[in-house]
Amino acid sequence: MSTLASPAAPRLADSFIELPARERARALLDPGTFRELLGPFDRIESPWLPLQGIVCQADDGAVIARGTIDGQPAVVAALESAFQGGSIGEVSGSKIAAALELALRDCERGRIVRPVILFETGGVRLQEANLGLAVIAEMQAAIVALRRHVPVVGVIAGMVGCFGGMSLAAALTSHLVVTRQGRLGMNGPEVIEQEAGIEELDSSDRRRVWQLIGGEQRAATGLADSLVEDDAHAVRGAVAQAFAQGLASTPRSAQVETYLARLAEIDPQDVTPESMRAVFHGAPHSTRKEQS
Amino acid sequence: MEHLTFEYPAQRALKARAHVGVVGSGDLEVLLSPAAAMTATVDVRTSVDGYGHIWKSVLDRFFQRYDGAAHIEINDFGATPGVVALRLAEAIETLDADSNGGGNTP
Repeated sequence: MSTLASPAAPRLADSFIELPARERARALLDPGTFRELLGPFDRIESPWLPLQGIVCQADDGAVIARGTIDGQPAVVAALESAFQGGSIGEVSGSKIAAALELALRDCERGRIVRPVILFETGGVRLQEANLGLAVIAEMQAAIVALRRHVPVVGVIAGMVGCFGGMSLAAALTSHLVVTRQGRLGMNGPEVIEQEAGIEELDSSDRRRVWQLIGGEQRAATGLADSLVEDDAHAVRGAVAQAFAQGLASTPRSAQVETYLARLAEIDPQDVTPESMRAVFHGAPHSTRKEQS
Repeated sequence: MEHLTFEYPAQRALKARAHVGVVGSGDLEVLLSPAAAMTATVDVRTSVDGYGHIWKSVLDRFFQRYDGAAHIEINDFGATPGVVALRLAEAIETLDADSNGGGNTP
């Protein structure tokens, strides 16, 4: 399936999407180096879900793992989409924010730790509302501080995608790896249909939804950096390459003038996936730009 | 949400622990660790109320064959009895494969 030529010979159809969060984290780290922090047996669960009659998961849906990537110290934060849609609660969010803050402290002392975030999330966990929002802000602050020292690499593999406040966190990363199955957007298609009407967007029209916010479109419009097949080796290769490339000149979210100019060219009345590609062509820090 | 507890006799102590599954639709999470005494204990938290008798049947059957002094915690999100039995078997298998111990998961 995959055409990626990586040193480790890829096996056929070694799906990354089908892996649960813990195995995703393990797949990105060098073999044998996976070491989980605050794992399920530490039982740091959401204190809020039982009050609302909802069963907890022992790791609150967030896996934090230390290890190495290409021999360099790394920390991977992976969200489990099967538990509450990968939503960010007080505990799951705090685990990720704290992992990033610890990596930042190491980086500031000259010991570089490579941070990877596996976004598979509908955003804030509604049952924990403001606490989830607050901790997403902490995560975003940590990403912005970290990316001065080391690339912060995000992965959106699918099938949940990355939405809400976490889409903003993904947008702040230095390098975003996506698959065709992945999706990145502020509001999910169901929310748009519910709030703006089916004339605006038919959320059951999967082709349309992916044309708008799918991984391929996000890569073609320069809002994601690497488009890979659903293959653990391909994802791992793209993440390792992002770190090997080092720090990008200017993070996307710091290119305010560029993006304001592009937005000014968009007319919301007649914007299409194709017209988006024409304006938001390719990666902003790549050299191939002028292509109609 | 309902909280159920069960106890079964045990014959041998455990040294390792195992974690399998996810609290997702139709699935469950199993945390298996050594019990404090020579008795197996099961703590079930389930999203579906009123199925205590089914849980007892599934666990009775499981402990007909299993004699480890395990403390088993189950976080259930509407798994069918078949899925529960498979996850329990998977936890034992993981324990055996990982019996050098220490790790959270295989």
